[in-house]
Amino acid sequence: MPETTTGSAAAAERFEPRIVAFFCNWCTYLAADLAGTTRLKYAPNIRVVRVMCSGRIDPQFVLDAFAKGADGVLIGGCHPGDCHYESGNYKTLRRFQLLRRTLRALGIEDDRFRLEWLSASEAEPLKTVVNDMVEKVRALGPLHLEVPAEAFAAEGEEVAAR
Amino acid sequence: MPTPEHGDANAVRIGVYICHCGTNIAGTVDVHAVAEHAGTLPGVVVAREYKYMCSDPGQELIKADIREHRLDRIVVASCSPHLHEKTFRGAVADGGVNPFHFQMVNIREHVSWVHPDKRAGTEKADALVRAAVSRVRHHKPLETRRVPVRSDVLVVGGGIAGIHAALTLADAGKHVTLVEREPTIGGHMAMFDKTFPTLDCAACILTPKMTAVKAHPNITLWAYAEVQAVSGYVGNFTVTVKRKPRYVRDDVCVGCQECIDACVYKVGKEPDAFNLGMSKRKPIYLPFPQAVPQVVTIDPESCIEFKSGKCKKTCVEACADRHAIDFTQQERIETIEVGTILLTTGFKVFDAKRLPSYGYGTYPNVYTALEVERLLNASGPTAGEMVLRDGRTPRTVGIIHCIGSRDEHTNKHCSRVCCMYALKLAHLVQERTGAEVYDFYIDMRTPGKGFEEFYNRVAEEGVHFIRGKVADVYPTAEQDGRLILQAEDTLLGNVRRIPVDMVILAVGLEAQADAEDVRRTFNITCGTGGWFTERHPKLAPVATFTDGVWIAGACQGPKDIPDTVAQAGAAAGEALALINAGHIELEPNTAYIVAADCSGCKTCVPMCPYKAIGFDAEQGKAAINEVLCKGCGTCVSVCPSGSARQNLFEDDEIYAEIGGVLAHA
Repeated sequence: MPETTTGSAAAAERFEPRIVAFFCNWCTYLAADLAGTTRLKYAPNIRVVRVMCSGRIDPQFVLDAFAKGADGVLIGGCHPGDCHYESGNYKTLRRFQLLRRTLRALGIEDDRFRLEWLSASEAEPLKTVVNDMVEKVRALGPLHLEVPAEAFAAEGEEVAAR
Repeated sequence: MPTPEHGDANAVRIGVYICHCGTNIAGTVDVHAVAEHAGTLPGVVVAREYKYMCSDPGQELIKADIREHRLDRIVVASCSPHLHEKTFRGAVADGGVNPFHFQMVNIREHVSWVHPDKRAGTEKADALVRAAVSRVRHHKPLETRRVPVRSDVLVVGGGIAGIHAALTLADAGKHVTLVEREPTIGGHMAMFDKTFPTLDCAACILTPKMTAVKAHPNITLWAYAEVQAVSGYVGNFTVTVKRKPRYVRDDVCVGCQECIDACVYKVGKEPDAFNLGMSKRKPIYLPFPQAVPQVVTIDPESCIEFKSGKCKKTCVEACADRHAIDFTQQERIETIEVGTILLTTGFKVFDAKRLPSYGYGTYPNVYTALEVERLLNASGPTAGEMVLRDGRTPRTVGIIHCIGSRDEHTNKHCSRVCCMYALKLAHLVQERTGAEVYDFYIDMRTPGKGFEEFYNRVAEEGVHFIRGKVADVYPTAEQDGRLILQAEDTLLGNVRRIPVDMVILAVGLEAQADAEDVRRTFNITCGTGGWFTERHPKLAPVATFTDGVWIAGACQGPKDIPDTVAQAGAAAGEALALINAGHIELEPNTAYIVAADCSGCKTCVPMCPYKAIGFDAEQGKAAINEVLCKGCGTCVSVCPSGSARQNLFEDDEIYAEIGGVLAHA
């Protein structure tokens, strides 16, 4: 645990990373719901964006999140073989690996971009993943992009107009 | 960009409602501050907080505001959309706004219940509300799709749950296919002797229902069959069923069992699974006398004809001109079309060998409760005589509760039925043998109609109850087959060592070994331990997250017979409600192609697992079949031209949401 200094002032100044989490509707979103119903406690730094399937996650969503100031992006999907739509998560896995290489080239560390398989019953692992990711990103500090964010931000309006 | 259907997206009038959920949300989120923040966001005309948004007055609030403030977009921040999205869409529609001009924010499960720090929780709630407000302005008016529902039903698993559900549906005039993997229906209940707390004979109340299944004109019974694959969606499932060969024609066999008598094996040699290996059966067999269907089965593993091809085939002779025996029978694959599916696949009992300290499998006089059920059963291996393996009648019997239940090392859950069946066995063993019965329990759990009364009755009958978990089971120094049960009596505060002739382990219930495979086949979810997950633990206990698939009985969690039957009836009722409606409304979250932008690159085509994307060669454009599309959006994320889109999950909606969660307040 880094920076567990005493005093609330130190805690208030602690860097709180902002992590955008894209969760599929059927597994990981439900795992997060279950974490709630079982009253697990985890770091409040993630902001969930629900998609029906992790296969819907366009790599541009991830780039856009980083461009708009996310310190980390977490993708949560069903375990291999468990996809509600048969195979969407396999496509996510391929894209994830390719995208991770691209992000490295942009100077975005691996710990800032994670893909996790979390089933609807895995509230406890979800808590572990979130806490772990928050700590790792906290240790990395705020994301400073080496290229101008506009270079890969996908503004919604522009996309629609194209 | 202006949304063509609704003019300028910037001119929207948004209403935002923050729910307190009593103190569930308001306790750890400053709902007032969240509402205030929402009121400052662009496009928001009204932002309110209210105690219970899902209540009638809460919904009325939305409707009244729509009228008064001419709202055309609604955001509700409350619980999970899995719980109340439909409720609020309904309210929005009642208020005269398209129900999809609505976005729900989960600030209970995802915020107040998991983040005790009020400041951080409030900040997160603000961010999520901001995201919904920026997203909802892009929402388009949509219409739900109606698909017809076939009236035929598939019931999987022929225990008491499947039997009861099948009969209920069939009596309502629906055609039911009941698939059971064993050669007979009846499930675990058929193995029991008596049922608690009324001590009804299990066979007396079950077998008439089994016979009714076979006789019912609306039920097709496929025993010795397994579901292989399921495709399609609610209302229109296509199911492939593998019917295993019995090597006996079920349309001809009358169950006279003359073939069994005539088998060249004079006595059985194979362990009889129905009697848990405590007796032997022949290669040609009927699992138990009241089996349904009354059709014998040949086990190719032990049949001489299958092993050597040189049998005298006395069974065939005995069958004579009925010609029911067919050694050439092959596995058959059948395909059926159904609208709804009920899963009633039951449970398995805990394997007592996993806890070696209780001596099961080591000491012959240690039995599982299910074995004792068979010993007590008149059609069991001892014809109902309660005797040990060496033929002696036990004079002292120890029953140990919670074997494989409420135990960190095996299963944490309480199996719910063991206390009651242990009491029943205590009563029956004492009644049949006059033995002294010692019952070791941790807590006596008897919450059911007539259960506590039954406990009192058994206590009055002289069964000795000892509160304490048995720590060890070991043979007496005399090596006379007796075993000593050692436990700390937590009421007396001393250690008891009680020698007994027989030990009965009250083994718990576990999910079926292949629950994972079944779950995948039917595309539903399992919770911890492999139990199938219900849509909501209280309000939708037999529905699943997959529309058109219901669960009932012990596949959902340990349960006794009354609860199992109640669930089976409930599941059948819910299926009937859907069938009688004749159609179901589906989420309009399908993908579509904006033909003008499509370059015809075909990247999307192989992405679709449902083959919903076709290619119009003449136009050089992809096209999505809306009926086949299930709305995953995988094709949308690969489209290089942005012409593949998904309703409810449009790119601009998602980008707006990302921007919203990341914008600084």
